Parts: sequence; structure tokens; C-alpha cells
Amino acid sequence: MSTTMKNTAEHPAYLQHHFSEPEQQHESVKFGMWLFLLTEVLLFGGLFLAYAVFRAWNYEMFLNSHQLLDVKLGTLNTIVLITSSVSMALAIRFTQMNDRKKTLISLFITLALAAIFLVVKYFEYSHKIHEGLLPGKFFTFSGIEGDNPHIFFSLYFMMTGLHGIHIVAGMSVIVYMIVRTWKSHFSSEYYTPLEVTGLYWHLVDLIWIFLFPLFYLIG
Amino acid sequence: MKAEEARNFYTESRGLKSWLFTLDHKKIGILYLYGILTSFFLGGVFALLIRWELLSPDEVIVTADQYNQLFTLHGAVMIFLFIIPSIPAALGNFVLPLMIGAKDVAFPRLNLASWYIYIFGSLFAIYSLVTAAVDTGWTFYTPYSTETNTSVIPMTIGAFILGFSSIFTGINFIVTIHKLRAPGMTWFKMPLFVWGLYATAIIQVLATPVLGITLALLIMERAFGMGIFDPALGGDPVLFQHFFWFYSHPAVYIMILPGMGIISELISTFSHKKIFGYKAIAYSSLGIAFTSFLVWGHHMFTSGQSEYAAMVFSFLTFFVGIPSGIKVFNWISTMYKGSISFETPMLYTMGFLFLFAIGGLTGIFLATISVDIHLHDTYFVVAHFHYVMMGGTVMAFIAGLHYWWPKMTGKMFSRLWSRITFAVIFIGFNMTFFTQFILGTKGMPRRYYSYLDQYQPLHGFSSFGSFILGAGFFIMLIYLIHSLYRGTPVGNNPWGSLTMEWTTTSPPQLHNFDETPKLEHGPYDYDKIEVEPTYTK
Repeated sequence: MSTTMKNTAEHPAYLQHHFSEPEQQHESVKFGMWLFLLTEVLLFGGLFLAYAVFRAWNYEMFLNSHQLLDVKLGTLNTIVLITSSVSMALAIRFTQMNDRKKTLISLFITLALAAIFLVVKYFEYSHKIHEGLLPGKFFTFSGIEGDNPHIFFSLYFMMTGLHGIHIVAGMSVIVYMIVRTWKSHFSSEYYTPLEVTGLYWHLVDLIWIFLFPLFYLIG
Repeated sequence: MKAEEARNFYTESRGLKSWLFTLDHKKIGILYLYGILTSFFLGGVFALLIRWELLSPDEVIVTADQYNQLFTLHGAVMIFLFIIPSIPAALGNFVLPLMIGAKDVAFPRLNLASWYIYIFGSLFAIYSLVTAAVDTGWTFYTPYSTETNTSVIPMTIGAFILGFSSIFTGINFIVTIHKLRAPGMTWFKMPLFVWGLYATAIIQVLATPVLGITLALLIMERAFGMGIFDPALGGDPVLFQHFFWFYSHPAVYIMILPGMGIISELISTFSHKKIFGYKAIAYSSLGIAFTSFLVWGHHMFTSGQSEYAAMVFSFLTFFVGIPSGIKVFNWISTMYKGSISFETPMLYTMGFLFLFAIGGLTGIFLATISVDIHLHDTYFVVAHFHYVMMGGTVMAFIAGLHYWWPKMTGKMFSRLWSRITFAVIFIGFNMTFFTQFILGTKGMPRRYYSYLDQYQPLHGFSSFGSFILGAGFFIMLIYLIHSLYRGTPVGNNPWGSLTMEWTTTSPPQLHNFDETPKLEHGPYDYDKIEVEPTYTK
């Protein structure tokens, strides 16, 4: 519960009182983030399971439905997110090299790419809304062969929607990291919050890398 | 008795803000305790209303629709607001860092956040009470849960939010146990309560997200008609059951494992004897955690799932009983030739052994497919899970509450009244629930508002027992509150235990330990170390 900002060699300001060594704190925080990422995998895992079940039951319909998705936009988004993971990793690298300016630039690029991802998704979604390709009982599109095409789009919206929520959450954390970096909280000696933000961001990217082929590239 | 004002974590920082903005695991544990006990009271009121209604097959105090709401709320409140957080969040938060020689948990801010999330989620769930209270049963089975006019969405959002509280506690405890143990405390020198919390935390982290996504799918199905559970739209209602029970079965081990951890502590302390089979008990906790993920289909024997799946689930359910059985035998072996003291925590511990054995064994009856065909959805199931959840977990929770009460408050409760209450609760519990085994084998279905006349005597007896049980808890509330004002002050180690939390003052200091303690002896070395209880006749 110490709120003192005094900074001594043995007791740096970032070392919380219940940890005895900075290394112990660093390892604990990373471990905690990995556990949280595990829960995220299980959360999305349930949806991937639902996808698997319904695709097994409605294979033709899935193939026909996916034609209505824009593969070019999906590919663009994939490149955008992978690049944002690169810029995120670079941000951490620059902090390890004590380059605050390049860290900030990398974080801003990550943020910008995430925003581009969301803008592309906005266009995709609004096109679908326009066409009536909506989840569940709002589905009004005709022209897909197979039973119950609304199921494909229910899963599409739910999985990409949940993923999009995670992108937004990640963006707000990155903004907070930008603020802290700008205030010089981080250095080669201490950058744990940046590191765990990076871990989270990489998982969000990884989930998209699974979503993309399953929805856009089947058949 | 008051020479100078004692310094402890209560006195070092005072005022409402020191509680609402605390990062101290001890205060957070107590904040949780308030929430847990309030939820238990609320769930208990619903229970008593249910039993009151069941005094007669005709309407007594509520209509049939209201009755459906009552048992739904009883289940949901007891499971999500009370029992899942109970031992880990209230007792675990307080005791765990002290037991391992740490100053706090790994993530104190996350700890406080988990409490606020718990409160927020609970309010959401209770909000659904005052609007159109849910009537689906706490299991929310489709298709009824997607069609009913009641407040399913607020209730499930509440449960979703509460899930985060559980996950954060789990993450916190796993990292704390890995990283913050005092020097010299290797894994096999940890107290068994810590092993229990660890195994529980693993389940919390792995299983709760699956409940989250299940409830999210249910909400989407209700709001958007997704079609995932509705056969008319191409979905499958049994899919919901698979999703739901994949979490909710491991959840029952979240409920019992911490309780078993408490029992290990108390059996050793109050037999004044080294625990028998430490490693077996430790490994069995992990074994239960692992196997618990493999048995969910035993809730679905009559759902239409394949016979082969049912057989596999049945076999694995028999298997998961084995580690629990190992624990029971080890506990009894610990007591053998021990110097047993019948303080109240030990009374509840022995009650646990008896009641959990019945509960666990009747689980094996239900795991037998041919038997379950007859007993599924009868009162036999209701009796089984109340024996394990109440006769097991709640008894262990009360035992732990009484055991650590002097550490948390610095005061001792009345020995006389606590013993009387134990007798009242034990008798009331068995009257209420043993009767229900009989009702079940005679064919009385669960969740039924009305019933054939032939069941009335048994229902009446069970209800009468429940009023006695309720009275017992009421007396407990009184003598515990009384102890806060007039209880005998205690020293560091009233019970004469060898685990580390008893080396601190009662209540503990703000930062628990001035210097990081070094482990001098194992937690159960009663054969090597002399330690006398300071609370004696």
C-alpha cells in the first residue's frame, strides 16, 4: 500500500511493497497475464466449438454463406493486424534500448493500425446490414443455398464482434501505455506493463488469424 | 483488560475510505465475507419460502409461477453469489498470504477490483429479482430460457460479471502461490489449504470463461434469435446443456476443494497430529481438478446423448470419486491415535466427514446410468447435492470461519452457544435432506410446486427440519456478533496450530510480517514441535 514515490537503488518506485525483488514482481505480472490469456482462449474456444459443430451439421451452407464475405477486406485486415503486432513488439524493443521517442511512435502506429482494422470492419458490417445479412431473426437476405444461413452470420457477427470488443479494450490499454511512456515511467530497467500489453495484443492478433481463414477462406 | 490500544490492521487505518479503497487482502477478505454472508442469508430466505410452500400440495404462500422463480433464485443466489466465492474469496483472501508468509497476494489491486466486480454482478443478478424474476431454474435450460418472459438477460449478465470476479481471484491465487511463498516453503511444505486453493484456482481460470461464453450465447439467442439452441432455427437445445455443464460440473469442485483444504487443516490441528498422507491429499486435489473436466455428461444421461458417451461419463465419474475417497481415508487415519479436542471447528469437521461421505457416495449412485434413469430430476438428486454442497462445503466454511474467527477478530466466540448451534444445525440439516433421499426414491420429482398426497408427510418433515436449520444459523449470527463486542480476547495461537498464520498477532499487523519469515518446520510437525493451545477450558 505504499504510495511514496521515493526511488532508491534497493527499492525502486515501481517495486510494489509485497514483492521483495523487482524480478519477482516482473515474473509474477507476466505469469498473471499468461493466465488471463488462457482464460481468453477458453472464452473464444467455446465459440470456435460452436462453429465446428454447426459447420459439421451445415457444411454446404457454410461454404455458400462465406461467398458473401469480402475476402479482400478480410485479407487487408489480417495484414493490418499482423503489422500492428510488429509495431507493438518494436515498441517494447525500443524501450529496451531506452528510446522513448521511437517507443511512442511505435505505440501510435499500433493504435492507428487497430483503428484502421475497426474502420474496415465498420464498412464490412454496414454492407452486411444493408444486404440483410444479419444474425438470427434479423436475417432477411435470400440467395444462399442451404438451410438456416442465418446461423453462419450469427456466428460471424458474434465471433468478430467479440474480437472487435477485445480490439477496443486493447486500444484503450495502449492509450494508457502511451501516456505512461510519455511520462517516462518505463526504461530498459522496467517496462513490464508494456510487455504484458504486448502479450495481450499478440493474442488478439492470433485470434483473428484463426477467425480469418475459418470465415473468409473456406471452400 | 485494555492497557494500551492494540495496533493491528484495523487500527492502523480507519474510516470507510480505508475499507473501500483498501489494497489489504485482510480487509478485502472481510469485505467479501460481508457479501458472502448476506448472499447466504438471501438464498436461505428463498429456501425457507420454498420449504414453507411445500408443506402442502396446494397453494400455501405463492403461486406456481412464483414458486418457479423461488427455486431459480435460491439456486442462482446460493451458487453464484454465495458458494463459489465463499471459501476462496472470504477465508482464502484473508488467510492465504499469512499461511505462506507473504505480505499480500500477488495483485492487490486486482483483488479489490474482483470485490467490486462481485458487488456489481450481484446487484445485476438481484435487479432481475425486482423486475420479472427468472423462473427457468439456475441451469437456464433452453428452449424455455429463450422463450420465457422473465428477466433472463439481466440475471445472466449478472452471472457473467460474477464470473470475472471468480477468474481474477483464481489468477491472483495461482500467481501468489507460485511466487510469494516464504523462503524454505517448498511445494510440499505448504499447508494443504493452500493446495486446495491452488487446485480450485486452476478450475476457476479454465472453466469460468466457458460459462461466460455459454451465457453470452444464451443472451444472443434471446436477443437476436441466433438459432444455435433452437431446433426450429437449426440449432440444438442439448448443445446448451453440453456447454453449460462443461463449466458447471467443474464448478462444483470449485465449491468443494477449498472446503477439503480447510478440513485437512482442522483435522490435523484438532487431532494434534501430523496429517496422514500429505502427498496423497495434495495430489488428489490436482487429480480432482483435472478429472472434473471430464465428467459433465453425467448431468445429461437422459438428454438423448449417445449411450457410448454416457458410459464413458459414468466410468469417469466413478473415477473422480476415488481422490475424494483417498482424502476421507487420510483424514480418518490422521484422527486415529490423535489427541482430539472437540472445539467447535472440530465438531463441524467431523460433521463434514459424515455428511460429505453420504453426499459423495450418493453421487456414485447417480453416476450409475441404470439407477440414474430412475433418480434423475427427483429429490434424490436434490438431497445428493445438498449433502455435498451444504453438508460438505458449508460445514467446512463454517468450520473455517470459526477456526479463523479469533485470528480475524482477536476475539473468541461462546463455546457453549457454538456447540449448541452445531447440534441444531446438524439435526436440522439431516431432517431436511435425508428425508429428501427417501422422497426421491419414492419418485417425487424436483422443482415441482405440487405433488401427490402420499408425499406430504415427508415434505412436512423436511420443511420442519429446514426451519430448525434456519434457526441454527440465526443463533450463529447472534453469538458471532456478540463475540465482536464481548468475546474473550485471544493471543496469537488459541488452537495450538503449526501453520504460519498463527505466528502473527490476532488480529494481524498491517503488513502481516515485519520481516519475511523463514520456514522453521513443516505445517503438521506435531511430532517434532511442542505447541500448546492458549484457549483452554
